[in-house]
Amino acid sequence: MPAVIDVRDLRTHIVTRWGTIKAVDGVSFALGEGETLGLVGESGSGKSMTCLSIVRLVPRPAARIVGGEVLLDGDDLLTKTDDEMQRIRGRKVAMILQDPMSSLNPVFSIGMQMREPLTMYHGLRGRAVVARAAELLASVSIPAPAARLRAFPHQLSGGMRQRVVGAMAIAGPPRLLMADEPTTSLDLTIQAQYLGLLKELQQRHRFAMIFVTHNLGIVARTCDRVAVMYAGRIVEIGPVRRIFTQPAHPYTRALLESIPRFGARRERLAAIAGQPPDLATLAAGCAFAPRCPAAFDRCVEAPPETEVVPGHATRCWLHVPA
Amino acid sequence: MSVIALPDRAARPEPRTRGRRVPVVSIGIIAVFVLIALLAPLLSPGDPYEQSLRLRFRPPVWEERGSWAHPLGTDRLGRDMLTRIIWGSRVSLAVGALAVLLAGAVGATVGLVAGYYGGRVDAALMRITDATLSFPVILLALILAVTVGPSFSNVVIAIAVILWARYARVIRGQVLTLMTLDFIAQARIAGAGAWRIITRHLLPNTLNTLVVLVTLQVGYVIIVEASLSFLGAGIPPPTPAWGSMIAEGRDVVTSAWWVSFLPGLAILLVVLAFNLLGDWLRDTLDPKLRQL
Repeated sequence: MPAVIDVRDLRTHIVTRWGTIKAVDGVSFALGEGETLGLVGESGSGKSMTCLSIVRLVPRPAARIVGGEVLLDGDDLLTKTDDEMQRIRGRKVAMILQDPMSSLNPVFSIGMQMREPLTMYHGLRGRAVVARAAELLASVSIPAPAARLRAFPHQLSGGMRQRVVGAMAIAGPPRLLMADEPTTSLDLTIQAQYLGLLKELQQRHRFAMIFVTHNLGIVARTCDRVAVMYAGRIVEIGPVRRIFTQPAHPYTRALLESIPRFGARRERLAAIAGQPPDLATLAAGCAFAPRCPAAFDRCVEAPPETEVVPGHATRCWLHVPA
Repeated sequence: MSVIALPDRAARPEPRTRGRRVPVVSIGIIAVFVLIALLAPLLSPGDPYEQSLRLRFRPPVWEERGSWAHPLGTDRLGRDMLTRIIWGSRVSLAVGALAVLLAGAVGATVGLVAGYYGGRVDAALMRITDATLSFPVILLALILAVTVGPSFSNVVIAIAVILWARYARVIRGQVLTLMTLDFIAQARIAGAGAWRIITRHLLPNTLNTLVVLVTLQVGYVIIVEASLSFLGAGIPPPTPAWGSMIAEGRDVVTSAWWVSFLPGLAILLVVLAFNLLGDWLRDTLDPKLRQL
C-alpha cells in the first residue's frame, strides 16, 4: 500500500534565549490510506510540533523546520512555496484542534463559517454552499442540520461544536487528518461518540489519520499503530497490540504501567521518576536515560533505531545486539 | 394533581437586562443636532454671513433689548447667533464624523496588521503609535493645521493624525488575545491567508470595540476641533464654527456673554450626549473596555 503521508527525518528547532530546542528531532513515520497512527507522549515531547511541522505552521520566527522530508502522496511539502502550501492546507491536510470552545469564530453563524472552506476549496456559490454545508453537518450526525446552520457557536454544546469543526475538516475531503487531542475537553460519553464518528468518517473518506493524545485508552480503541515520543524523538513505534502487550522501550513500559487497570491487584500506580527533560540542555545520549530504571553505561550515546520485529522499532540500547 | 410545583412564570425573577437603560436623551440630542445640521438651509432664519453693524451685540430675546428678529442675539458683526449656531453644527458634526472614521480606519488597520504579524512589524508600528500618543494633542494638531494651512479637510486630517494611535493600540491588544484562540489557528490550518484571516476573522471580532471607541471619540474630536478653531488654526473665518464663535466672544464675555456661551452650550450638549451614548454602548457591547 503506497503511503499517503511519509515523514522522513523531520527536524524542527526552536531558538530561544536559553538555547536551541530540538522540538522535533529526526521523526520518521509513514501512514497508508485509512490508517491511524497514535502519537503519544508527555507534554512538550513534540507531538503537536510534529503535526504543525507537517502543515508548516510552526510558530515563526522562533521555530524553524530545519530538515527532513514530508511526502504527501509522494510530494514533498517542505519544498512547496507558501502559496502552494496554503492551497494544500485544509484541502489535502486538515487538522482538528483541542478546544472546541474557541475553535469557531464567535461572531459568525455556523453556516457562514462553513461557507468559507466550501467556497475556498470547491468554488461553490449560493444555494450549493448551503446544501453542501447541511450535508456535511448531517454526515457528522448533527440533528436538524439546516436549522443548525443559522445557529451561532455559543448556542451549541462543546460536543456539537467539535462536530462542526470535524465537518469543516472533511470539507476537502483531506488525504490526511490530524487530530490534536480532539476529545480532551469533551465529557466521557461524548468522547466515545466523537471517536466513533472520526473512525466512521475515516472509513468513508479513506484518509490517513494522526491522533495526538496522551490518553493511551483512546489509542487502544482508535489507532492501528502507535508512536511514542520522548524529547522530540519517536522512541518506539509499532502496531498497537504489539506495543501494548510487548513494549520494548522502558519509557513505553513505564507509560503503560501508569494506567490504572480495572480488576488489577490494589497497589500504587507506578509513576515515572523524575521530570521530563529540559530540551534546551539535553545531553547527547538517550534522553530518557536519567529516568530509566534499566539505564546502563551505553546510554550516554544516542541509541540507533532498531527493529525488534518487522514493523516494531525502538530506540534503546537494550535492543541493539552488542 | 401535580406533585412538583412548577414556579409560576410571573413569579420568576425578570431576566436581568444587560447594561443600563437605553440613553434616550442622548440619542435624542444627537438626532436633533444631526437633523439641524442636515436641514440647516431650511431651518436657519437667515444668512450666517449677513452682517449688520447697527445691530451689533443684540442680546437674546429673553433679555432686555432682545427681539424676535434675533432670538439668540447677534455677535460682534451683528450676525444672527441662532443662524450661526445652526450652521456651525454642520462643521462640528462633519469634522467629528469624518475625523473619527478616518482615524478609526487607519488605526484599526495598523492595529490589525501589528497584532496579526507580530514580531518586528508589531514593534515598529507600536513605536510609531507610542510616539504619536506621547505628543500633546493640541500642539500636534496646531503644528499640522498651521503648516498645511487652516481648512476643513486639513482640520480633519490633523485630528485623524493624532487620533489613530488610540485605535491602533486598543485594536492591537484585542487582536493579540484573538490570535491565541483556536479559531484563528483553525482558519490557518484550513488554508486561509493573511488577508482572509484579518478581514474575516479578526476585524469582525473587533467591531464592537471599534463602535464603542468611535462613539466615545466623536465628542472628543468635536472638542479638539473647537479648540483648534478657538486657537485660530481650525476652520477659517467667516465659516461659522462653534470653536471660533467662542473665541470671537472672548473679549466681550462680561458685556455680551451670549456670544461665547451659546456655542459653548451647543458643544457641551453634543459632547455630553455622545459620551453618554458611548458609555452605554461600551457597557452593553464591550464591558472589557471599562478603563477607557
